Amino acid sequence: MTYRKMFLFIIICLMAIGLQTPHSVKPVNAFSDQVIQQGAVGEDVIELQARLQYLGFYNGNIDGVFGWGTYWALRNFQYEFGIEIDGLAGTKTKEKLEAASEYDKEYVKSQINQGNDFTHYGGVDNSKQSESGNGGNNNTSNNNTNDNNAQTKPAAANVPQGYSQNDIQLMANAVNGEARGEPYVGQVAVAAVILNRVESPSFPNSVSGVIFEPRAFTAVADGQIWLTPKKNSKKAVLDAINGWDPSGNAIYYFNPVTATSDWIWSRPQIKKIGKHIFAK
Amino acid sequence: MIRWILIGVLTLGIAGVSFWGYQEHQEKNAVLIQAENNYQRAFHELSYHMDVLHDKIGTALAMNSREQLSPQMVEIWRLTSQASSNVGQLPLTLMPFNKTEEFLANIGDFTYRTAVRDLQKKPLKDKEVKTLQNLYEQSGELKDELRNVQHTVLDENLRWMDVQLALATQDEQSDNTIVDGFQTVEKKVEGFAESNVDSALTGTSAEEHKYQNLTGEKINKAQASKRGQELLNVKNKDKLTVTESGKGADLPIYSVSYKNGNKNGYLDITKQGGHPLTLLVNRQVQEQKISLNQGLEKAKEYVDQYNFDDMEVFTSNQYDNIGVYSFLYNQEGVRIYSDAIELKVALDNGDLLGLTARNYFMNHKERDIPEPKLSKDEAKEKVNPDVQINEEHMAIIDNDIGEEVLVYEFLGVLGNETYRIFINAKDGTEEKVEKLDGTEINYAFASQGRA
Repeated sequence: MTYRKMFLFIIICLMAIGLQTPHSVKPVNAFSDQVIQQGAVGEDVIELQARLQYLGFYNGNIDGVFGWGTYWALRNFQYEFGIEIDGLAGTKTKEKLEAASEYDKEYVKSQINQGNDFTHYGGVDNSKQSESGNGGNNNTSNNNTNDNNAQTKPAAANVPQGYSQNDIQLMANAVNGEARGEPYVGQVAVAAVILNRVESPSFPNSVSGVIFEPRAFTAVADGQIWLTPKKNSKKAVLDAINGWDPSGNAIYYFNPVTATSDWIWSRPQIKKIGKHIFAK
Repeated sequence: MIRWILIGVLTLGIAGVSFWGYQEHQEKNAVLIQAENNYQRAFHELSYHMDVLHDKIGTALAMNSREQLSPQMVEIWRLTSQASSNVGQLPLTLMPFNKTEEFLANIGDFTYRTAVRDLQKKPLKDKEVKTLQNLYEQSGELKDELRNVQHTVLDENLRWMDVQLALATQDEQSDNTIVDGFQTVEKKVEGFAESNVDSALTGTSAEEHKYQNLTGEKINKAQASKRGQELLNVKNKDKLTVTESGKGADLPIYSVSYKNGNKNGYLDITKQGGHPLTLLVNRQVQEQKISLNQGLEKAKEYVDQYNFDDMEVFTSNQYDNIGVYSFLYNQEGVRIYSDAIELKVALDNGDLLGLTARNYFMNHKERDIPEPKLSKDEAKEKVNPDVQINEEHMAIIDNDIGEEVLVYEFLGVLGNETYRIFINAKDGTEEKVEKLDGTEINYAFASQGRA
């Protein structure tokens, strides 16, 4: 009995160790298995950009987002090295890249973590390639130093064409203020209504214009728009911007319980999601 | 007796005064919020207009024809006037903000002069193109700076009313980020004063085809529920709720929804034919296990599964652990922009999280595609010679007046920017020039170091 307990104990210990090891086992300086394609985000993209820059194909910022600049750089690389030109970083392309270039992971990551302006060209001393981005960064907070082992977050983000993260944030605030108690689809629908209004000739032509139009949204009038939005609202806004419109092209919505205006009932109704009725 | 009356009167008086005070307070708050909202609106619009302005100037750089360039200049001119009106509404009277306004005025002057000029007879001179390039870079810096300030404003919930107080009292202790931010913007503008000033894509209002070409028989509620069960991949059909659309809907649809613990789904299908218009599944997405590329393979499977034929991938983008893909209908090698669908794939297990096919069903039909009158090389000559063309396609797009036109589509690079340029295949008109972006500095990340 005690033997079995001992045995179990040892196994548990081993498992606990097993749980911790993957961090150090990770291979250094090499891509993961994935085929990297346009629109991707993450560490592989950082490495891809750094290696392409090392060879002089890529002149943009190493920011971890596979955008157009990276795409053309990769295609040029494929052209020069006689690989099929498809703009995808597959096994063969990655092998060639690894063979032809070097990747100073420590340097690149620390630069990104510090938010510096930097480059990673081959044959140039690293110290000449970096320029502190914003002055306040020298006294790195505890958060940052702890993060060094963790994944490096890309220094940029994908945004739908024509939108800034700030527009998205502002919309998320509005959606949160207006519909935070609603089901997820209801939130997407409210975001879609904002966008439909931007498109509509009878409303202002910008997101902020629509949101701050006097008396348009109660959450704006009573200040609820400034509550910190839940994560879901931002997701909902992204969905709406990316084309989802569960409201069925509505430009009005109202809560039948609290609606104060009779006029709103005269609008042709499309559907009801959660507590809101969406209308034309 | 008199004592009691006095006490009574006083109590009533106090109650009355409190009530009045409370009402005053409420009213004051309402007015404050209203004023605050006006400032917020002006500020966010300013950031947005600066962004659009930057974009439009960038697009103008890649344009070649007068038909495109003149309207673009008018558009820029309109935007500058809007942006300066936004500046004018901000409580910045105590700050030297006139340089920014001057800068906007300069862009305005330049674009006005070029817009009213006949660019066919007097095209842009090299010097003017240089100026435009300068303006482009400057507007870019201004835009970034403003977007950065805007991020701080949103992130830290800064209030313009506080700024006004800060400005009025010159109280250095309080958080003056907005003011500081603007002063940086101001410095930037001073940095490039006077070196320039010598002289873009209107949104298309696609004519919607109103779902004329929907195929299939009408389905009833029970069939809708069954279809929803398939599409949403739900085993127990009792969990589904099916509702019908009201009279305001563009076309009659059934909405199917279900909720199962933390996961819920929503689906709009057309009554005619049971086609899926919008599908959304909401659940917690775990850590990324599959790549964007593998997600694309999954997305292609779903496209086949839902019977969309001849679709080709158009864009792919990763947002956190979700892959968003768009597909265009391809008829005989011509891609048709209006017949688009989008899919959302979870990058933890490859499940379908969303599908939207409104545009597809609204517009889709088999088209008679005319033979192009221009050869590819002839079309290429219509493109701004500074743009290096890297990729080319045939496409059908909606032009400015909402008609479908056959075009050559060129993807090219000018400077560090990528452009999509459409040249009409019949008469060589430059139908549309688009500056492609879609990535942006992560402001949250950039400011993280300062926290």
